This record gives sequence, C-alpha cells and structure tokens, in this order.
Amino acid sequence: MAEAEQFNAGGLRVHWQPSDTFKTTTIVMHVKTPLEAKTAASRTLLAHVLQAGTEAYPSRRKVRYFLDGLYGATFYADVGKKGENHILTFVMEVASERYLKNEAPLLPQALSFLMSVIHKPNRSENGFSEAIIQEEKQALVQRIRNIADDKTRYANIRMLEEMCSDEPFGLHPFGSAEEVEAITNQGLQEAYERMLRNDQFDLFVTGPGTKEEITDAIHSMGQNVAEGKHVDSKPTIQDAPEQVNEVVEKQPIQQAKLHLGFRVPHTVGSGEYTAVLVTNGILGAYPHSKLFVNVREKESLAYYAASRYEPYKGILFAMAGIAPDQYEKAARIMKEQLEALKRGDITEEELTTTKYMLKNQILEQVDSARGAIEMNYQNVLSGAKRTVDDRLREIETVDMETVISVAKAIQLDTVYLLTGEEGTA
Amino acid sequence: MEKQHYEQIEETIYMETLSNGLKVYVLPKPNHNKTFSIFTTDYGSIDQAFTPINSDQMVQVPDGIAHFLEHKLFEEEDGSDAFDTFSKRGAQTNAFTSFTRTAYLFSSTSEVDANVETLLDFVQSPYFTEETVEKEKGIIGQEINMYNDDADWRLFFGLISALYKNNPVRIDIAGTVESIDDITKDMLYTCYQTFYHPSNMVLFVVGPVDPEETIHLVKGNQEKKSFPEADTLARTYGSEPKESFERQKTIEMNVQTPKCLLGFKEPNEEYPLSGLAYELGVQLLMDMMFGLGSSTYEKLYKEGVIDNSFSADFTMERSFGFSAIGGDTKDPDRLVSVLEETVDAYQQQGLGEEEMQLAKKRKIGTFLKQLNSPEFIATQFTRYEMNGDSLFEVVPTLEKMSIGDLENILHRHFRTERSSVVKVEGSGS
Repeated sequence: MAEAEQFNAGGLRVHWQPSDTFKTTTIVMHVKTPLEAKTAASRTLLAHVLQAGTEAYPSRRKVRYFLDGLYGATFYADVGKKGENHILTFVMEVASERYLKNEAPLLPQALSFLMSVIHKPNRSENGFSEAIIQEEKQALVQRIRNIADDKTRYANIRMLEEMCSDEPFGLHPFGSAEEVEAITNQGLQEAYERMLRNDQFDLFVTGPGTKEEITDAIHSMGQNVAEGKHVDSKPTIQDAPEQVNEVVEKQPIQQAKLHLGFRVPHTVGSGEYTAVLVTNGILGAYPHSKLFVNVREKESLAYYAASRYEPYKGILFAMAGIAPDQYEKAARIMKEQLEALKRGDITEEELTTTKYMLKNQILEQVDSARGAIEMNYQNVLSGAKRTVDDRLREIETVDMETVISVAKAIQLDTVYLLTGEEGTA
Repeated sequence: MEKQHYEQIEETIYMETLSNGLKVYVLPKPNHNKTFSIFTTDYGSIDQAFTPINSDQMVQVPDGIAHFLEHKLFEEEDGSDAFDTFSKRGAQTNAFTSFTRTAYLFSSTSEVDANVETLLDFVQSPYFTEETVEKEKGIIGQEINMYNDDADWRLFFGLISALYKNNPVRIDIAGTVESIDDITKDMLYTCYQTFYHPSNMVLFVVGPVDPEETIHLVKGNQEKKSFPEADTLARTYGSEPKESFERQKTIEMNVQTPKCLLGFKEPNEEYPLSGLAYELGVQLLMDMMFGLGSSTYEKLYKEGVIDNSFSADFTMERSFGFSAIGGDTKDPDRLVSVLEETVDAYQQQGLGEEEMQLAKKRKIGTFLKQLNSPEFIATQFTRYEMNGDSLFEVVPTLEKMSIGDLENILHRHFRTERSSVVKVEGSGS
C-alpha cells in the first residue's frame, strides 16, 4: 500500500491512502486536545451524544436505519488517550459498491454523514436534546462502573492512577461517574464549541474510492473547524521516586494481578523510540521474551507474563496473573529480568529474534486499514515522519550497546498488586 | 489441484485432498505482506467419550484434555519449542481450542515456506513426558483461574450449563484445576492418535503465495511421514433432553453491574435447511428483533436497561446449537421480560418483507468487512468446510432466504421450554 497523501479540505487535514486491497473503505476522524481532569468527562459524553443523532437522523434508531441502507456501514465514536492527549475518534467503515449488485458509490454518502455528525448535530436553540443527554449519561456511567469488572484492565488503570497521581496521564479518559452526572446541557454545548474552535482534526481515509469523492463530501458541509490546527501537548517526563511505590489492593478474586510500572525517558518523538521497542521486545512483548520464558515457561507461575511500552508517555509496564501466594517470588523474578538487560545479559539470538518480530509486526500492521491509519496518526502526533521502510531500517540499526543503555535508563516506579482477600482464594 | 473462482467477491480458492486424507486450501492475496495459515483438527473440548483409533472400546477422558493437548504440542522432543522456531523467523504463532476444533496458526511476512513446514511438523510430532505434563498443570491452572475471575466468561458458561443437561458443551473448555490433574501422557497420546489423523484435518493458507507451489510443498512434507489407515471416528455426547436443564440460575460474583443472558437451545432434530442457511437465518432474525436498529434495542437503551455491551449471538456446531442474548444490565428482570415479549410479538405478528431486506443488506455489508481479514477467511472457511458448507456461499444463501424460511426458524428455535435465564450478580445485591 502506498504512503498516505496529505491535503486540506474544509479546514480538515486529510490523509488519503487509496487501496484496492480492501473490500471496504475505512474512515477515521481523530480529534485531539490536551488531557485534563476538567474536560475529559464532558468530551466523552459529547462523543456519546453526537453519535446518538444528527439534525437529519435525530435518534440512534434513525441513524441505524440510514447506516443499514449503506449495507450496514460501521459507525461509532469513542474517546481514548494517547500520552497526555485526549482523543475523540469517529470511525466509519463502508462497503465498496464494486462488490455489490447495482449500487452507486457509498463512500460519499458515508463521509457526508460523518461530517454531519460533527457539524450538524441534533441541537435546537435550547441545546442538545435533554432526553438524549439523560440516556447517554446513564450508558456512560454504566460503562465507567463496569471497568472494575475486568480485573486485568482495572489493575492496569489503578497502577497508572497510583504511579501518575500528579500527572494528566493518571486520568482515565472517560472521567468519573460523578463528573458525568454533573454535566449540564450548557457544559456539553461548551465542550462542543471548544472542540470545533480549539481541537486538532485529522481525517484518515483508506480503501477503494477517489479523491474527488472525499473533497466533495467534505465541502458539502462548509468550513467549520479551525483551518489545519495543530495542538501541541508534549507529555511530562518524570523520574521514578527514590523509594519504589508499593500498593496492595484486595478483592474477592482467585487470581492475583501483578503490575509493575517503569519510567522510560524516551517517547515516540525521540531518536531512541525504536531502541525502546527492541528493548521492550527482549523484556516482554513476545513468547521468546525474558518475562514469558522465565515467569511462565521456567517457573509455571503464570499463564500470561508480558510487558508493554506506552510510547506517547514514556512508561513501560510489566504484568502477570499469578496465584496470590506467589507474589514475592513473581515480583522478584519480574524485576530481575530488567536487571538482566541492564547487565547486558542478552543473547545475540534474543536481539535478532526481537528485531525480526518487530519488522514482521510492522508489515502486518499495514495489511489492515485501521493499522495503516494508526501508523500514520502516530507520525502526525510525533512529528517524526517514519515511513514503513524507515521503521524497518531503524530496527536494523539497533545494536546490543544501545539496548543496554536504554535498559539502564528504565527505572521501576510503582508495584501494584490486586490480590484475593484472605480465605477467598 | 481444483480451482474455484467467486466472481462477485473477486476471490479464487485452490484446493487438493492429499493421499493421506489431508485437505489443503490456498487463497492468494497478492497485495498483502502477511501470510496467515491455520491447521485445524475436527476435535474439541466436547469430544470426551470416543472409541480410540484401532480399538472398539469406548473411553472417557478428563475435562479439558483437548485444550491441554493443544498446549503440549508446542514442545518438541529435542527440548525446543515451536514458539521459538517461529519467533526466530519473525513469525507469530498461536493456537486455540473450541468446543469442536483445535487449531494451530502462524502469520509471517517472510520465510513462508519454512513456516508452513514448521506448522505441519510441530503439530505432527507429539512428544510428552510425565515431567512436562506435570509442569504444564501450573500454567493451565492459572489460565483457568483467570477465566474464573472473568464475569462475562462465567455468565456465558453459566448459560450453556443451564441449557444443557448432558452434552459436554456445558463443561468449561479448559476443564477445572481438579480435572486436569488427572491427565497423563498416555491419555494425551490416545487423544492425539485418534483425532490428529490427517484425514480429520484441514490446512488453510492465505496470503501473497503461489497456490501451486504451496500445495506442492505440503504434499512433499506429508509424503515424508507415515500415518496409519484412517479409521471411522466414533464419538458420543450423551442423550440430551429437548427442554432446557435449568430455566433460571444466578451466579454470585464481585461485580458492579449485574449481567444477564437469555438463551435458547436447538432441539437435536434434523435441520430444515443447510447448516449455513439455518445459522444465517437465526442471525438475521436476532438482528431484526434485537439488533442496534430494532425498536427493542431502542426501548431498552432509552430505559437505561442495556448499554453497548448488549449482544445477540448464535453458536451452532457438531451436536449442539444455542443463542445467547443480553449483556450488562442494572435490571435483569426487565431485560428478560422485554426480550421475551419481543419474541412473542414476532411469533404472533410475523415478519415484514422490507425489514428482512434491510437485515440482509446489513448482513452482506458485514460479510464484506469480515472478508478484509485473512484470519477471518481462513478460520471461518475451515469451520464451514468441516460442517459441510462453504464460506463463499454466504451471499447467495442470504439472497435466497425467504420469509417462509425465517418463520420456520422463528417458531423452531425460540421456544420457552428450551430457554434459560442466567444472571451474574454482586454478592449482597
């Protein structure tokens, strides 16, 4: 697939990647603003309310009826965080008429609809529909409460909360249930106006279609967002505290969740980014990695034992699901794996295998439209314009010395354990 | 080598049945980087009572053995691990066990031929010792405990075990910590030799490959190995009453919001349509009654009874079939009564032509989206192949479906006496 072509239309930065590999066209609109406690909840509710109806299709059911006519086109909006940015994302995926009997192009209709979600919402002079706000508040509050029911996810969120208690990254992008309850119609409208005025919009389109179909559909809505806006929000980089922060929480569960949070002084925009990917790969991203081999294969302590790098923030975390009485042993072995990297206790084979795995992963990622779009968006956010070839080449240049020096800069910050209550294990 | 071209979706598939019975399918995707391959045996967690190959004595094996066997096949006699062999070439590998299948897979962007050979070789060279079997019990024990803390998983198995009285589908795929403790290396060999015969297996390769060369490679690999004559597989699942086993069940767990599923089980009678048509029919009906565009969904969402975790799915495999409708809900009783009223209303009023056409359109669009995924094509093609159907018949089968077909299914599948309601609720709530 070709690299994306970038152009401006209706104030939007469009990233267009034509491809006949797919039977559908994927459209993603990312809307970026700094992650802040006072706006996260209202922006999330906004994502819910905007997708619940437009001026032309003023209810969830009417929206769905329209999408059904487009052969069940996918449409949803949601929020997430990338580093200390709060990202509101609208996603559509629509079939190409090429595989349908006697159909006109569906892409222009899908794109016009997406523009109308943003620019022509279901709104009167009194603001958004009160009934819809109430329904969506209910649904969002329930989603927030349910996070606690997925134990691995919950443990990871809690670890980040503890570790980044005074940084925006510690915030959950949904906000809290109480914050959602307190949002007024006026507050929601302000969030909407702020988004149009201040946020950075990037539109990605990948799949079959033409450039004209895209520009025409965007212009049909007129220019409503600030032209080609750039919102700068670099993450704060912190050192680990002198004393490792240890947190133990108890719940009636059978398997304990052990999460270790580390500080990494490099983010996606820095020159060491690729070296951190390789280091994390040797530590815990793959089945040949030290964590999997030593925690699972050698000691049979866990079913999963892995590490992940958060490149937008400069954090790395390791996790494993263990028997509650194995906490100390598992924590010791997990910490020891990073120490081994720092000592240079790494084989040539671990290094080459990791590089192969990373290269393979990048090539696989661009085989899917969403994967290709996420890679492009990473370039937009980081400012480092890495093509697929650049990425493969950079991986090639990482050597043992670089891995060791990156590993030495990684510091343990927080150990979080979610474990069983006594007598319930 | 046979070749079949599907004009409307622009795909061509190549296949050959080898002399040892192995079926090989290749779907070229020239514009992709990735090749995905999956090697599947028609054997899963429900196959616990069977006649081993070259024997006429029925045996009963412990719960969770198919999944245990899946874990153990990665280990090789020389002490190496298939994970490492793939990793060294940058390939990713994995495996899964379902009720009726065990599958081994890899994806890679280079050295595809070597990876295909490794996939065939590691699955076809079982090596177990008492020691390695014991060691695996700790790892799988943690896998089981992870699922025990997963409320959605407990809800789902709660429903199946309420619907089914005897069919082993009611037992967790991984078994229990106690049941896997009984597994020995000899039992693993017995299961392996019975169910991993090439004639019971399918290999599917999708990616930027040459079909002729790939099939030639597989043939060469298989000709170097010897297998016993294929034997007829005799398996039993116990006799299953038509009615559901338990109509109501509540599981207590540490959850913030209750969860609830309403399910219906299929009667074990002849199907009125092909398996593919029947499955698509139930899915169309559930989409019309409970889908995102239905009045029932709208009503429940507005009342705050459901959120976006709500789903309606249908599973149909060898010896069983059931639907499962529900999700997170603050009011399980209200949810169930609205769902049941919806079924009643449809059964009394019948179905509308326009509504059906829209549901078909939606299903066709969804199918096209799924065809973007090589994993979907390979996994689902294999599944339909083993059930005697073809994945690429989905669109024509949907187009042919009539109101009459759907009404038959509506009155056959959704029957109160074959339904169960299962809830997961917080202790003390």
